[in-house]
Amino acid sequence: MDFGTMFDDVKRMNKRQFIYQVLSFGMIVSSALMIWKGLMVVTGSESPIVVVLSGSMEPAFHRGDLLFLTNYPEEPVRVGEIVVFKVEGRDIPIVHRVLKLHEKSNGTVKFLTKGDNNSVDDRGLYAPGQLWLTKQDVVGRARGFLPYVGMVTILMNEYPKFKYAVLACLGIYVLVHRE
Amino acid sequence: MHSLLQRGNSILAYALSVLACLTFICFASTVFLNYVTDAKMNTVKVVVKNVPDYSASREKNDLGFLTFDLQTDLTSLFNWNVKQLFLYLTAEYETPSNELNQVVLWDKIILRGENAILDFKNMNTKYYFWDDGNGLKGNKNITLTLSWNMIPNAGLLPNIFASGSHSFKFPAEYTTTRM
Repeated sequence: MDFGTMFDDVKRMNKRQFIYQVLSFGMIVSSALMIWKGLMVVTGSESPIVVVLSGSMEPAFHRGDLLFLTNYPEEPVRVGEIVVFKVEGRDIPIVHRVLKLHEKSNGTVKFLTKGDNNSVDDRGLYAPGQLWLTKQDVVGRARGFLPYVGMVTILMNEYPKFKYAVLACLGIYVLVHRE
Repeated sequence: MHSLLQRGNSILAYALSVLACLTFICFASTVFLNYVTDAKMNTVKVVVKNVPDYSASREKNDLGFLTFDLQTDLTSLFNWNVKQLFLYLTAEYETPSNELNQVVLWDKIILRGENAILDFKNMNTKYYFWDDGNGLKGNKNITLTLSWNMIPNAGLLPNIFASGSHSFKFPAEYTTTRM
């Protein structure tokens, strides 16, 4: 598909056809958003799918692996589970395993995490003065695993030009391509 | 005729759908399997001390020391969709201040293909057994359990308890001698 024939297609479209193409592009974007928001409702997690960004859980999870999370409030956190949590002052959530847990009779829980591949626990990663995580810090619990798929997002984040090129190509393709 | 781009595109799309299909079959063929097996464990030496916890609050907390025996055969748990087992030995107990305490004392990663028959005698714990306060001295019911987190090639990430546990009690006096 060279550029000459591509724009021939556009030239042959009338106004209605062009608007139709723009609308179908909008449909794709909004249905992707709806699926994401729908997953948030179903899983109870603010970020139902995360990409592993570090090697701190190797050999279980490598960079670019995909994790599916749930965060149901009625399911208690227990030791040995893999939690994804946010720490104040860090933008990127961390995926680590719960090592110690203390639960009071009124239901308040505090726990300590550690990466499988790290030799020490996470107290050094937490906010200064923070010794424990609580339920509010948790984004979700890892429930499902899919290898390599997240590599695409890592590539896109590390090479922003690549991201814009891919987005532009997809956008042009959807706008120009006639069914 | 089809252009090079179109041929490449259809080959890539076909390869990706075949991969996705195979991954799903790999997941579906193992999702209903039972991953429970027996484990025998026993404590050998059990001591409790009362020392300042410099890693956390700096207050004097109870610190338990124990050595344990562990016997289990996990060979039967491995199949083509088990990448690794993350084994962990948990001490679970109740104290006046906390309704539930869980502390991981020891863990081990077993990759598929590695020796999965474990027979440990008089093992030291890998992590310190700090209590959140002074609830270990004279505690009559500490339960040791072995669990594993199954990491698949693609699929769910279940945490499974071994059948078999061991309960022990801590001595009623602190040990002051060095060990």
